[in-house]
Amino acid sequence: MANMAQAIRMALHVGETRLGVTDIFGQDVGAPLGGVFTATQGLKTAWNTPLDERGIIGTAIGLGLAGQRCVAEIQFADYIFNTIDLLKMAGNTYWSSNGQYNLPIVVMTPVGAGIRGSIYHSHSFDAWASRMPGWKIVMPSTPLDAYGLMISAIKDPNPVLYLNPKALMRVRGEELIPGEPADEKELKAMIDKPVDGRQANWKPRWPELEEYEVPIGKGKITREGDRATLVSYGRMLLLCNKVADILREEGIDIEVIDLRSIYPYDWQLIKSSVQKTGRVLFVNEDTEVTNFGEHLAYRATMELFYELMARPRVLAGKNVPGIGLHPNLEEATVPQLEDVLRETRELLAEVP
Amino acid sequence: MRKSTEAKKATSAKELKKASKGLPKAVPLKKVTASRTANGKKKNGAPTVISKVTLSKQLQLQIFELMVKARVLEERLIKVYKAGDSYFWIGGAGEEAFGVPLGLLVHKGHGPEYDYLHLHYRSTPTLVALGMPMTDSLRLMMNRATDPCTGGRNFCNHYCFPQWNVVPVTSPIEVQYGMAIGTAIAQKRMKSKGITIVTGGDAGTAEGDFASCLIWSTRPGNELPIFITVQNNRWGISTPYDQQHGEKYIADRGKAFGMRTTVVNGNDPIETYLAIQSEMEYIRKTGKPVLAEFYVSRLYGHSSASGANREPGECPIELFEKKLVDQKYITTAEVKEMWKRFEEESRIAADQVRQEPVPTRESIWDHIYVGNENADWRKF
Repeated sequence: MANMAQAIRMALHVGETRLGVTDIFGQDVGAPLGGVFTATQGLKTAWNTPLDERGIIGTAIGLGLAGQRCVAEIQFADYIFNTIDLLKMAGNTYWSSNGQYNLPIVVMTPVGAGIRGSIYHSHSFDAWASRMPGWKIVMPSTPLDAYGLMISAIKDPNPVLYLNPKALMRVRGEELIPGEPADEKELKAMIDKPVDGRQANWKPRWPELEEYEVPIGKGKITREGDRATLVSYGRMLLLCNKVADILREEGIDIEVIDLRSIYPYDWQLIKSSVQKTGRVLFVNEDTEVTNFGEHLAYRATMELFYELMARPRVLAGKNVPGIGLHPNLEEATVPQLEDVLRETRELLAEVP
Repeated sequence: MRKSTEAKKATSAKELKKASKGLPKAVPLKKVTASRTANGKKKNGAPTVISKVTLSKQLQLQIFELMVKARVLEERLIKVYKAGDSYFWIGGAGEEAFGVPLGLLVHKGHGPEYDYLHLHYRSTPTLVALGMPMTDSLRLMMNRATDPCTGGRNFCNHYCFPQWNVVPVTSPIEVQYGMAIGTAIAQKRMKSKGITIVTGGDAGTAEGDFASCLIWSTRPGNELPIFITVQNNRWGISTPYDQQHGEKYIADRGKAFGMRTTVVNGNDPIETYLAIQSEMEYIRKTGKPVLAEFYVSRLYGHSSASGANREPGECPIELFEKKLVDQKYITTAEVKEMWKRFEEESRIAADQVRQEPVPTRESIWDHIYVGNENADWRKF
């Protein structure tokens, strides 16, 4: 079973060999490092840039204007903020040119807390990203989805922002990527660069991979239930799954939706689930004020008000300027398992 | 030269002299003429002999005619604004001696095999030289549904013509220095004859994107074929050059990167033509970038926000007209006739465009995603 870093790497390999990707680039993306999470190791079109996020996004736009397909990386989402007007521009290029120039570009960046990353390696970007019309925004929670979403992102003719939860980069999935060897040691021997002295002439041996796609805009039910709906994505999704598993032991069936795409989002999936359960909690780790979950809660309120048994809730990161390094600080800032469990119990206990 | 009615009021020589008081000190143009000759070899001791090389009579007249056409068009845009037929004007009156030669020298076409143009909102002369009809500029000015560049969505002179690799002009102009890296990488990879041309103003070079362009385009082994140009009009909106810059020449910043640089009198179309031609040849031949600074005039202020009235400054068309008349290439009467002809063309074009349809309200949802894929969350 691949981990998420390997899954992204394999999708990029398919991208550069079969889907026309010409450039995979960013700070430390090329050899020797192959990305801080090794997601770009061994790729033939991967190259290193100057430490210049605006240059990276500007270059991606220029490559897109020239009809090239590229995947650009911002090393951590914390460093994407100085490019925000360029992201806005990439999002409006097709619209402002009246449909004359589309940008088939992918920008990927690791997001979120969970690795003791302190103030500049823990930031989320999903709430910000949801405010960039013209972009599609995706965020996987499993290696298989990471693979399939990257294939879809590369094929998409529009700019796609690919947010990868950094704390999940080493987490293995439960489903095989079509074509990967079942034995994870075999996969490692094939595509992971050795850390000892053998790396000088190292080349990966890629498995025969299939072009498995996860359609952008389609969510997935990861736990079925009829008592309440938890909607999440990325790292927080795994906490929601755990909460559902804990409550199932108590005889309470919770439905969990992995949204996978933040924009466009799978409203029909949320709607049908909430119509069934009457209770919904939106969970993510971006800061809580003007949070994407608030938009979903607003929509649930407006469209499903008379079918609800409880107020729609949002559980998100505290509205503080950063994620403090000490575990007490990080854990008090971004939702933890016990927070999701507590909110879910309160949601279940609410009497209309 | 002829000027538009509203321009006449403020443009007597006396008034201009008076108005010039307190302006940022102009750089003596003699000292900033191109520091290289037409064949690209550095001469000992600038100023250079470039202006002694000359162009054919036919080419000079072609350039002059396009300069006049571009100016008439720009002044028509101003009239359209003042008549209340548009909301805003910003444009390139005063940059004709740079923009027209650039447009004539571009390898014009679509895709990385041809030159990419990362222009800004003072690039009308370049578009006129490329062959843009006046009607298209006026459609953009009057935000008509027929506007081929933006469908009535953007300000005037924010052009976009994929058939000529004119990528969308953006209101923050310096961002194009960063985007130029991308188009140039595509061209370098396919060993194209095409180069990337990026334009910008002196003020915008303070942004990091300008540094990005210098840094990325000069990395050893990864040099990029970019013609990095700065149209220095000594203003950043309302702030004079000396309050924004300490460097004597912006082009000098390229020297730190070992790149070829040049400073050109952008008000002399012969000088700019020869300089652009020579620098483009160098870039096509070597695949390496050039940083070129052109001193230009800004004759109607930054935009209509400051009135869009004729302001003091050297007029490149007046200067060139004098040269051509002195050389007996053209008569004053013929020049007058030329202005009249373009005035008439611009008037008819404006009248036509005024009758054309405006964008519908529903069209806000068009072209957010390719194939008009639904972008409205209410319909997800």
